[in-house]
Amino acid sequence: MNRPILLTLAALAAVVVIVVAALSGIGTTPNPDAAGTPSPTPTTPPPPTELRLLTHDSFAVTTPEILGVFESQNNAKVNILRAGDAGSMVNQAILTKDNPLADVLFGVDNTFLSRALDANIFEPYHAAGVDAVPAALRLDARERVTPIDYGDVCINYDKAAYGDANPPPQSLADLTQPAYRSQLVVEDPGTSSPGLAFMLATIARFGETGDYTWLDYWRDLRANDVTIVSGWNEAYESSFSGGSGAGDKPLVVSYATSPVAEVYYASPQPAESPTGVVTDGCFRQVEFAGVLAGTKQPELAKKFVDYMLTTVFQSDIPLNMFVFPAVPTAPVPQLFTDHAAQVPEPVTMSPEQIGANRERWINEWSAATH
Amino acid sequence: MDQRVVSRHALTTVALAVLPLAFIGLFFVFPVVTILLRGFAPNGVLDLAAPLQVLARPETLGVAWFTLWQAVLSTLLTLCVGLPGAYLLARFNFPGRRVLNALILVPFVLPTVVVGAAFLALIGPRGPLGLRLDHTIWAILLAHVFYNSAVVVRVVGGLWAQLDPRTEEAARILGASRWGAFRQVTWPLLRPAVLSAASIVFLFTFTSFGVILILGGPGYATIEVAVYRAAAVLLDLPAAATLALLQLCFLAVSLVVYARLQQRAALSQRLVAARVAARPPRGRAEWAFVGVTLALLALVLGLPLATLVERALAGPQGYGLDNFTSLFGQSARGALFVPPIDAIRNSLVFAGGATAICLPLGLLAAAVIAYRRGVLASGFDALLMLPLGTSAVIIGFGFLVSVGQLPIDLRTSPLLIPIAHALVALPFVVRACVPLMRSIDRRLRDAAAVLGASPGRTWRLVDLPIVGRAALIGASFAFAVSLGEFGATLFIVRPEAPTMPIAIFRLLSQPGTLAFGQAMAMATVLMLVTAIAALAFDRLRTTSVGGA
Repeated sequence: MNRPILLTLAALAAVVVIVVAALSGIGTTPNPDAAGTPSPTPTTPPPPTELRLLTHDSFAVTTPEILGVFESQNNAKVNILRAGDAGSMVNQAILTKDNPLADVLFGVDNTFLSRALDANIFEPYHAAGVDAVPAALRLDARERVTPIDYGDVCINYDKAAYGDANPPPQSLADLTQPAYRSQLVVEDPGTSSPGLAFMLATIARFGETGDYTWLDYWRDLRANDVTIVSGWNEAYESSFSGGSGAGDKPLVVSYATSPVAEVYYASPQPAESPTGVVTDGCFRQVEFAGVLAGTKQPELAKKFVDYMLTTVFQSDIPLNMFVFPAVPTAPVPQLFTDHAAQVPEPVTMSPEQIGANRERWINEWSAATH
Repeated sequence: MDQRVVSRHALTTVALAVLPLAFIGLFFVFPVVTILLRGFAPNGVLDLAAPLQVLARPETLGVAWFTLWQAVLSTLLTLCVGLPGAYLLARFNFPGRRVLNALILVPFVLPTVVVGAAFLALIGPRGPLGLRLDHTIWAILLAHVFYNSAVVVRVVGGLWAQLDPRTEEAARILGASRWGAFRQVTWPLLRPAVLSAASIVFLFTFTSFGVILILGGPGYATIEVAVYRAAAVLLDLPAAATLALLQLCFLAVSLVVYARLQQRAALSQRLVAARVAARPPRGRAEWAFVGVTLALLALVLGLPLATLVERALAGPQGYGLDNFTSLFGQSARGALFVPPIDAIRNSLVFAGGATAICLPLGLLAAAVIAYRRGVLASGFDALLMLPLGTSAVIIGFGFLVSVGQLPIDLRTSPLLIPIAHALVALPFVVRACVPLMRSIDRRLRDAAAVLGASPGRTWRLVDLPIVGRAALIGASFAFAVSLGEFGATLFIVRPEAPTMPIAIFRLLSQPGTLAFGQAMAMATVLMLVTAIAALAFDRLRTTSVGGA
């Protein structure tokens, strides 16, 4: 082999090494803007212990304040690892359970819970503060996961499209009426989390047996010209006519808290949300955190789960993730209580039932709607 | 050739191929084989019952057929828009040419969520054209043309700009018609680059995911979508592995076809500097061509981009920069975990890293493929293309189950992001470089060798100037691919260093006009960054090596 080629190879190797070195700095160095971190004390403290938090793309807290409190209390550094949507995240945690990616997981909900529990990815833990959480949210008797927040998937409507003469629908059954023909857009339960929740609500409401089953309901929705899209973005932003929606359908499957975001993410903020919520037939989603089995930092991981149930963390949840805190006594911002819809009787279903039937129901749904 | 020369050739080939092979082996073959094995042999024993059942489902055949025909049709339509565009930019000098050349690359980097929103605003409900095309095949095809025209314009235009126009002029003087001269003279020289570009467009559209979900809706599914449902939603690894393998088989066949066609198409020729080939349009026919092509590009590429900018500027009090200022002010609160400016920096660092990883590997690989004909070389070429045609979920999940076994745990390292980007960008670099490298006149190289230059020196003097141009085209693609990469990144466990596409994705998943406006503003920033980067690469190309 001749020298120029060897030299070229050596130069290339050098470039690769330099790039690797530069990149390994990203993400591991603490954010220099982290105002909440304490200034260094004269005596050098022991280096902080790393806590890895595996979560989904929608996880949000007020940083650096909220994580900074935990970090300074425990001399820890919380590194957040994102793994796509909730389903994708659970699957990744299951695939790596022999050699876990992280110490603690946040964001598995009741629709994916049984899959995670069946795969034994969590270590049981009775979190400090969990006794204050209503029993209806504590879905695992063995306490492998701890409820952190909940939200309701509900039909939202465009207030501008309805009035006294033509009121918005009051119930799931109304949606098959001629008055609401061609007005509803829903998400595909095979690709969308609110889509799945809405399908589960119809199953819980109309049942699988009897004169009028959930599939009959969907056939009627189909006959009433329901629009089905793949995800929440296409439904809300592109098909829905209310709020920030740019479409022409006045009814959409979204969240009981979407009106809060319509006010919060508007400039200037309106006194009233341009969208409303149909509080009948809402499906309740509960989100959990758990200590991942096999973690090298079990004590710190448990402390983090405890921390997620403290008032500091719980009160920070509403305006970041637009869900209700699991601890009912945690103070909630005024803007949130003003605009979030309270759902008196949400529809629920056991995680085991969802886990056992999900694939079959999605297939039956596809057959009934196509 | 004596034995010593032959063995030296072989050694050189091995030396050139070893780094790209190691990269592909470690970050593609190893993860994908590991995850496929998990699917086919869940308990360590090969179990073919589940895969056969998946293949026997009637919908599997339907999905495979749809995937194939929409990809073929998308590729042909993309060529229809891209080839006139390539000719326009390669042969004609007109005001704004340089800017247009940079703007062409912009659609390529936009995340599918953004393009989906732009297309739905344009051809969805309440579209200004009064044309409803959402949830139809037309929306899918238009979006594919929008995304991939840049590949054809850049890859084909890169070569076309450097074909000696005098060859075609000579044919015209000798009495050939304009069309005849093109068909007899230019087309044979151009064919390798056209095939090269078409193969990438085919792979890209064959594995289309976001466009299908957003614009096609639940009524359409490619194999890629089916893999996603099986792996990411249902965690049905046997089904996911079967479908992923089916996809790979299709691609292997199409790559063999490609290699066959390419083998026949390769010709070497004299290349000239790009600025020699381009001249102002002359006469009515040429001006008409320029006008029609520009109108076509404006319609297919410009209109969706303009829609995005319009949405970014629109606010509750009319048009203004509110969305942009709020993006950089304090009101971008909870939805983003980091200040937006950090997302821009992260994107640039990752793109720089991906380019730095990808370019050397791509050049080495392109040299092997361009100079060593034969089964091994085309096999190597096909191997490099496969990551582009493999489901992002499969690669992402494969990383998790394989890379964890290595001594250094890279699974949660930020390094994995530029590595994944480099994997996707590598075929672009190779495809941009191979046609140019192949076209180098062998006689020049022979002459240098006869005059006593070592192969390395010959390469430096004869090949390097042309390779330099190829490298810059490749680099601009690698940079752009990384800036816009979204699919693969989504299925990798990412540390908290969001890129611009991820930030846009997160802003879009909040209700509220401000969040939507901020997402569109961020998309506009991404477009600007891309256009500036493309302009910078073009300038480098014309100043450093263009005159060679």
